[in-house]
Amino acid sequence: MKEKLVVIGNGMAGMRTVEELLEIAPEKYDITVFGAEPYGNYNRILLSPVLAGEKTIDEIMLNDLQWYEDNKITLYKGVTVTGIDRSACKVIADDGTEVKYDRLLMATGSEPFIIPVPGSDLPGVISFRDIHDVDLMIDAAKTKQHAVVIGGGLLGLEAANGLMKQGMSVTVVHLMDWLMERQMDRVSGDMLRKSLEAKGMNFMLKASTKEIVGKGKVQGVRFEDGSELAADIVVMAVGIRPNIKLAKQVGLHCERGIVVNDTLQTFDPKIYSVGECVQHRGLTYGLVAPLFEMAKVCANHLAGYGIGIYKGSVTSTKLKVTGIDLFSAGDFTGDTTTEDIVVHDSHQGIYKKIVIKDNKILGAVLYGDTIDGAWYFQLMREQTNISDIRSHLMFGKAHLGDSGHGGNVVADMSDDTEICGCNGVCKGDIVKAITSKGLFTLEEVRAHTKASSSCGSCTGLVEQIMESTLGGDYATPESKPMCGCTDHTHDYVRQAIRDQKLVKISDVFTALKWKTDDGCAACRTSLNYYLISTWPKEARDDSQSRFINERAHANIQKDGTYSVIPRMWGGMTTPVELRAIADVAEKFNLDTVHVTGGQRIGLYGVKKEELPLVWKDLNEKGLVSGHAYGKALRTVKTCVGREWCRFGTQDSTAIGIKLEKLTWGSWMPHKFKMAASGCPRNCAEATIKDFGVVCVDSGYELHIGGNGGVKVRATDLLTRVDTEEEVLEYAAAFVQLYREEARYLERTAPWIERVGFSYVKESLVDDAEKRKSLAERFKYSQEVTRSQDDPWEQRATGGVDAHEFVPLKVIG
Amino acid sequence: MSNWIEVGKIEDIPPLGARVVKNGNVDIAVFRNNKNEVFAVNDECPHRKGQLSQGIVHDKSVTCPLHNWKIDLTTGEAMGPDEGCTGHYQVKVEQGVIFLEL
Ligand SMILES: Cc1cc2nc3c(=O)[nH]c(=O)nc-3n(C[C@H](O)[C@H](O)[C@H](O)COP(=O)(O)OP(=O)(O)OC[C@H]3O[C@@H](n4cnc5c(N)ncnc54)[C@H](O)[C@@H]3O)c2cc1C
Ligand code: SF4
Ligand code: SF4
Ligand code: FES
Repeated sequence: MKEKLVVIGNGMAGMRTVEELLEIAPEKYDITVFGAEPYGNYNRILLSPVLAGEKTIDEIMLNDLQWYEDNKITLYKGVTVTGIDRSACKVIADDGTEVKYDRLLMATGSEPFIIPVPGSDLPGVISFRDIHDVDLMIDAAKTKQHAVVIGGGLLGLEAANGLMKQGMSVTVVHLMDWLMERQMDRVSGDMLRKSLEAKGMNFMLKASTKEIVGKGKVQGVRFEDGSELAADIVVMAVGIRPNIKLAKQVGLHCERGIVVNDTLQTFDPKIYSVGECVQHRGLTYGLVAPLFEMAKVCANHLAGYGIGIYKGSVTSTKLKVTGIDLFSAGDFTGDTTTEDIVVHDSHQGIYKKIVIKDNKILGAVLYGDTIDGAWYFQLMREQTNISDIRSHLMFGKAHLGDSGHGGNVVADMSDDTEICGCNGVCKGDIVKAITSKGLFTLEEVRAHTKASSSCGSCTGLVEQIMESTLGGDYATPESKPMCGCTDHTHDYVRQAIRDQKLVKISDVFTALKWKTDDGCAACRTSLNYYLISTWPKEARDDSQSRFINERAHANIQKDGTYSVIPRMWGGMTTPVELRAIADVAEKFNLDTVHVTGGQRIGLYGVKKEELPLVWKDLNEKGLVSGHAYGKALRTVKTCVGREWCRFGTQDSTAIGIKLEKLTWGSWMPHKFKMAASGCPRNCAEATIKDFGVVCVDSGYELHIGGNGGVKVRATDLLTRVDTEEEVLEYAAAFVQLYREEARYLERTAPWIERVGFSYVKESLVDDAEKRKSLAERFKYSQEVTRSQDDPWEQRATGGVDAHEFVPLKVIG
Repeated sequence: MSNWIEVGKIEDIPPLGARVVKNGNVDIAVFRNNKNEVFAVNDECPHRKGQLSQGIVHDKSVTCPLHNWKIDLTTGEAMGPDEGCTGHYQVKVEQGVIFLEL
């Protein structure tokens, strides 16, 4: 028979303990959970973004009801435990339920503190703790105008920000001289106030509330000095008190919280406790990071392993108000025995203060620029001697050593730097998860490491780590095997395809002794590209080895519908085309019609079955595929140039159209974008494109290897030419070099950085013969693959891949 | 009680490809691999409901088009570190005709 574990409190700490327990001892207990709130377990931290309308309740659920069912946990939701019979080992709930336990876990959290002034029980006085409170506030905001928030701490400011976003006019009333006095010093506190005032928040500092006035409902707040403020609702956010009612009532030893030892055991050895309700080594906590550390230790002991002790936590604070960056940790005030290093740039709104004692960091406050918070926090927790780096300390980690590039802060962080404070996830954990599990998206990293899945403040850092781990546009790192199906690298495989004239994927599998029968999604897509780019005439495109977007010639959207973006040559269009697009949008009820960043028009929400019909209508008016879904030429952006613009030096539109007509339809390692600007004012942004033309009086400047996107890279100037013919030859040659030599999924920017700009320049500029033969090969490939037969037309009326668009069978 | 429904011929599905059978409100993805084995699972990735029929098929599994989860086609279960399961169906092929048990 399994032992019985009963958990009181269905909140963040309790359920994290259960999750940890299920991980290490899934079979040990029959688990019963009581939760006074009528929901599954949700991420309380994110109530602030919910109030601000940035997230929905659904998005903040951590464990929905299904999770309890899947894990065979009995959940009594909306049921409060009112008694514990410690001698009979059972809990008693307000609905009469009685459940016996072998081990009991109390995770009752805390309760908002309501200042006991007259009127504090009037309707309209709301606390900020749970979904119910948030519902009340959002409701009130629909009909009411004035909100007063009492308390200028973290919680109060997040409440005030949310109410403001809901359209209320908000005044924050605070007892102290400046905001968040427990996390900020006066200077940063004042900066914070000014930023919030600029967003429209009002403040009354040094104001002591005497009474909440109103007849039958809140009408205002009266202060000690006799002044009054009108209010339709009052939010009390002055602090929390550990919820120890039940524990006290049943005689468990409590002081400010339920007293526990280093294994999270209370004075009753059968009863454990975690979360905000506990007092450990004299301290209580109000942030999730310590609670999660407790949960881990507690689960270990509940599982019977008996290893791990909880030694208390050092915490840091961030404010979750969009647009405000603030970080605080440790002792940031200091005294006569400490020294401060302070940087204050009031113009840029940046303030940094580090408090040091005996060459060690005691605490820090950062405002405006918090990127180095994680680093300072680490130095502080590890009590690192900072005398060597003292003079650089304020400039941040990026300035240490000889990096010189500044740039990516996370690249310089050591593996044990904590990134996600809520879940205690270090850089090394994230990097390891990314590389060993092949993660590519933030969602995946969240799922595997929990980093950035609680309060979300570290999302930026996590993304930077992904970027520095995966490389610019997620290029494949050198000398790594292509994927788990082979030990060979991309370059090796490609060379073999060339040398041994391999023209089919199955030939590659045999010749190079692939470890799997059919490869995987990663290698098949790469191989298909290498084959058709190396042997355009001999190899046949294998549509089952293409990602769905290229197989269906449309972009799959997250809801399973597709987008359709027809080509607009050089960003030019005609009334006929526009009418065709409008007609299609109406006929197929596509309500999202979007002007894309690449100067064309996207239609969203097309059902797969209807793609051929949409294409047919567009084809009839001369529109063809824009390949917005493909690793191929996307757009050629132009300005109106000499034709219309007074600065224009050449016909940039015409050259853009010619470039597009030359290169469209060709498959490439990754997407490829071009632009042509009529003069160096560069309105078409040609210097962040893969291939950019900037017209000048004397001819054309050609630029290569630019990239917008996550990591912006400006182009390198390849050369200057005199005629349009030359522009086109260079373009064809550059595209072909890229097609032949870059690895699959490598954009031109990382490719050029890998092989060196001078190599590309030598191949294209210095070696005219090589350039010409590259351009020839490009044209040959365009011709033999018939890549400019519109793929939409082939599918709309040419009968290609008809099976792709209709169900096999419809039943019922 | 078993109820075998004919849904089409094996050559209607390209090797290493998939087609959808619409069963009322439920989309069922029917896969064919290189060994002419046929599998059927709900066309909904256990991760974020990606359409598995749009993925890349290899061996007895499919890679979801949205975030690259791999799903075992014989059980509908996520493979590797990921966890989750989408329903699967019994399939039989007789003389090139595919039947699903619904
Ligand atoms: C708006 C807001 C923003 C926050 N922002 C941050 C942040 O940015 N960073 C951060 O680290 N922390 C933040 N916090 C704090 C964090 O949410 C808490 O530290 C954490 O949720 C506490 O977890 P817990 O399990 O101890 O308590 P809770 O999550 O409160 O769970 C306790 C649960 O037990 C239930 N319960 C109590 N008594 C009984 C009983 N007798 N029977 C049955 N059920 C009972 C309660 O109803 C409650 O659901 C924020 C909190 C709020 C309210
Ligand atoms: S890039 Fe020059 S020519 Fe083109 S629109 Fe701008 S200013 Fe005019
Ligand atoms: S920036 Fe690009 S990837 Fe990001 S949401 Fe917009 S379209 Fe999607
Ligand atoms: S929806 Fe399938 S992997 Fe995300």
